Amino acid sequence: MNLHEYQGKELFARFGMPVLPGQVAGTPEEARDIAASLGGTVVIKAQVQAGGRGKAGGVKLAHNPDEAYDKARDILALTIKGLPVHKVLVAQAADIAKEYYCAIVMDREKKAPLVMLSAEGGVDIEEVAKTAPEKIVKFHIPLEGLRSYHARNLMTPLFPDFKQASQAADILMRLYRVYMEGDCSLAEINPLAVTPEGKVIALDAKVVLDDNAEFRHKDWDNWRDPAEETPGARLAREKGLSYVKLDGDIGCVVNGAGLAMATMDVIKHYGGEPANFLDIGGSSNPEKVTAALKIITTESHVRGILFNIFGGITRCDDVANGIVASLTASPLSVPLVIRLTGTNEEKARQILNDFGLSATTSMDEAVRMVIEKAQEVGA
Amino acid sequence: MSILIDRNTRLIVQGITGRDGAFHTQQMIAYGTKVVGGVTPGKGGTEIHGVPVFDSVAEAVEATKANASVIYVPAPFAADAIHEAADAGIALIVCITEGVPVRDTLAAWHKVNNLRGPNNTLGRPRLIGPNCPGLITPGQSKVGILPGHICTPGPIGVVSKSGTLTYEVVKQLTDAGLGQTTCLGIGGDPVIGTDFIDALTLFEADPKTEAIVLMGEIGGNAEEQAAQFIKRHVSKPVVAFVAGQTAPPGKRMGHAGAIISGGTGTAAEKMAAFEAAGVPVARIPSEIPGLVAELLQRRRARAKGAAKKAPAKAAPAKKAAPAKKAAPKKAAPAKKAAPAKKAAAKPAKKSKPAPKPAKKVAKKASKQPAKAAARNKK
Repeated sequence: MNLHEYQGKELFARFGMPVLPGQVAGTPEEARDIAASLGGTVVIKAQVQAGGRGKAGGVKLAHNPDEAYDKARDILALTIKGLPVHKVLVAQAADIAKEYYCAIVMDREKKAPLVMLSAEGGVDIEEVAKTAPEKIVKFHIPLEGLRSYHARNLMTPLFPDFKQASQAADILMRLYRVYMEGDCSLAEINPLAVTPEGKVIALDAKVVLDDNAEFRHKDWDNWRDPAEETPGARLAREKGLSYVKLDGDIGCVVNGAGLAMATMDVIKHYGGEPANFLDIGGSSNPEKVTAALKIITTESHVRGILFNIFGGITRCDDVANGIVASLTASPLSVPLVIRLTGTNEEKARQILNDFGLSATTSMDEAVRMVIEKAQEVGA
Repeated sequence: MSILIDRNTRLIVQGITGRDGAFHTQQMIAYGTKVVGGVTPGKGGTEIHGVPVFDSVAEAVEATKANASVIYVPAPFAADAIHEAADAGIALIVCITEGVPVRDTLAAWHKVNNLRGPNNTLGRPRLIGPNCPGLITPGQSKVGILPGHICTPGPIGVVSKSGTLTYEVVKQLTDAGLGQTTCLGIGGDPVIGTDFIDALTLFEADPKTEAIVLMGEIGGNAEEQAAQFIKRHVSKPVVAFVAGQTAPPGKRMGHAGAIISGGTGTAAEKMAAFEAAGVPVARIPSEIPGLVAELLQRRRARAKGAAKKAPAKAAPAKKAAPAKKAAPKKAAPAKKAAPAKKAAAKPAKKSKPAPKPAKKVAKKASKQPAKAAARNKK
C-alpha cells in the first residue's frame, strides 16, 4: 500500500520526526479553516500518488485564509497524471535554504535495508541515479540494526556544520524506526530540508507499506482511501483476488500470478491487448469467479473474456461450477473462451458441456480463439 | 540424479494438521515422498494420514531423523517455523506459505545463512521460498504443492519464480518428451532463500541435468544476475522466459516481488540481459520446449562428436547460443547420501574460472570445498 504524503507525515510524527504542522482538507472551506488556525503563510499540496506535483500546479503557497480557499479550490479541480485530486494538505510554509534526499529501501539482492542519501534533494532521485550516481551515498544497514554512529558518520560529510548533521542523523534514526517498526518497503524524505535558521525538517513523505504485514497493523485499514480505490479494485480486495486494470479489451481470469502475467503476454503476442491482470488464487469458489467476471465487465470495455486455469490445487470443476453459476445469474454479452487443464479437468468439461459451453486445453489456442471472437464483436 | 531431493529425502510437515498441510501431506505420500512426521504445537502424539505428529520440530527430528521440512503454517507464524526448523538441524527447509512480511523473511534468511556459513552457499541448511510451490524430483519425491502427474523423469532442470506458470511449462515439456531432473519453484517474494544463481549452480553440478529452463518475472534484478552468472559459470544450455512483458510500471502483479519500480525490473531489460549472455529467450511459454529440444540435440551431437574424437566440424551453430561453450569438465562424484548433504558435498566445480567475476558472482562462486566436505562428514 502506498501512503499519501499527509499519511506518511502522520506516521513520521508518531516517531517524533520534525514535520511542519498541517492538516488534510477535502474542500476549499476546510482548507480556509486550517489556514486560519495555522496562521501565516501556508502551502497547499495536492494529495495524489504521483511525482511532479509541483510542475503540474499541484503545490501552491497561500498568504492568508482566503487565498488558501482559492488555491485549494484550483488544486482540487486538477487531475495529475490521470489521478483526480480529492484532498489537499494545508501545512505551515517554510523557507528553504537547502534540500537533501534521504530514504531507506529494501535491497533484495543484498538482503538488507539500504540507506540512500544525497545532497541533491528535492529533485527526481531516479534522474540523479541515472545521470550522477556518484552523488548518491549508499549504506547497507547491518543485521543488528542502524546505530547512531552510522547515522552521524553518514550525515557529517553532507552537511556544512555538525549541528545540522546531527539533526539529520537523528531524523535518519527515526526514519529507520519508521521503516522497521512500520513494516515499510520504502520510507523516503524528499526533500529533507534545511531552513535559513539551520533547522532540518522532513518536508515531504513517501511511504510504501509491505502489504504482507497488515495483520500486525490494525490501523492500516484506516489509511485506505476509498476515493482512491475503484469499485472493482475494492471488490477484488474483499474477495481476495489480485487485480490490476489495464487498457486493452481482452479480459482474462487466471489462477496464479505468473501464469496470469504470461497469459497477458500471450494475448499481446497474438495481436490482442489484455484488459486486466487477474489472479483468482488457489481455492477458487464460485463466488470468486462471479466477482472476477463482475469486475472485468464493469471496469473495462471488454470484447472477449478468457479463462485460463491450470488445475493444481485449484480444481477445474470448482471453476466450471463458478462459471455456470455466474452466467446463470447474469449472462455475459461478450464471447467467453475457457481453457482448463489439470485436476478434475474431465468433470469440469462435463459441467460446462451440460451448460452448453466448451473448453479447450491449449493456452495458445484459447488465446487465439478469444482474440478472433473479440474481433467479430467489433468495436 | 537430481538436485536437493530424491527418494531418500525424509520429510516432516510443519502445520500438518491445517487444511493445506493435511491435504498436501496426503498428496505427497501418494506421490511417494517419505513423509516421516508432522509438527503442530499442541497436537503431539496424534496421527494424520498415518504420519505421527509432534509438538516441536526438534522432537520430530529426534524421533524420525528427518532431513527436510515443508512449511504450511499461516503467514504470521511462518518465519518462526523457519527459525525452528533451522535450529532443529533440518537441512532443507521449504516454505510454501504466501504473505510472510519481508521483515520476518529477512531475519529468517540471515538465520539460515549464518548457520550455513557465508562462504558455503551450497551447504546446509537451505531455505526455499517463501511463497513458492516447492520442488519435485519426478518419480522420486515431491515437497510442496506441485501436481505430480504433469512431471516425468528426464534431463531438464526447471527453476521458476512462479507456481502455475511452472506447471504450464513443465506439462508442455513432458508432452514434448522432455522429462525433468528436478522442477524447483523458488518463489515470487522480494526476499527468498534460494535464488536463480543457487539453482543454476546446483543444476550445473548435477550430472543428469543436461539443459535448464529458467522462468523469471518482472521486479528486482535476479534475472539480470542470473544472466551474468550463466555467461560465466554455466556450461549447460539454458532457455529463459520472463513473465510480465505487458505489465504496467508501479503495479504489483500478484506476487509481492513482481513490481516495476523506479523504471527498473522490466521484462524488456531482463530479456535483453539474457540475450546478451547468449541465452535464448522464449517470447511465450509454448516456445520453450522447441528451444530446449534444439539446444539439447545440439549438445548431445557435440558430446557424441567429442567422444568420437572427431574434430569439431562446424556444428550447426546458427547463432551464439550457450551450447557453444565448453562442456562441463567433470561433475562431482555422486555419493549415496541424504540429498541436502549431497548439495553440501558438491561444491560445484566451475568449468572455467571467471576472468573478472562480478562481486556477487565471486561470492557465489568461491566455494570452499574443504569446509563443505568437512561439514558433510559430520
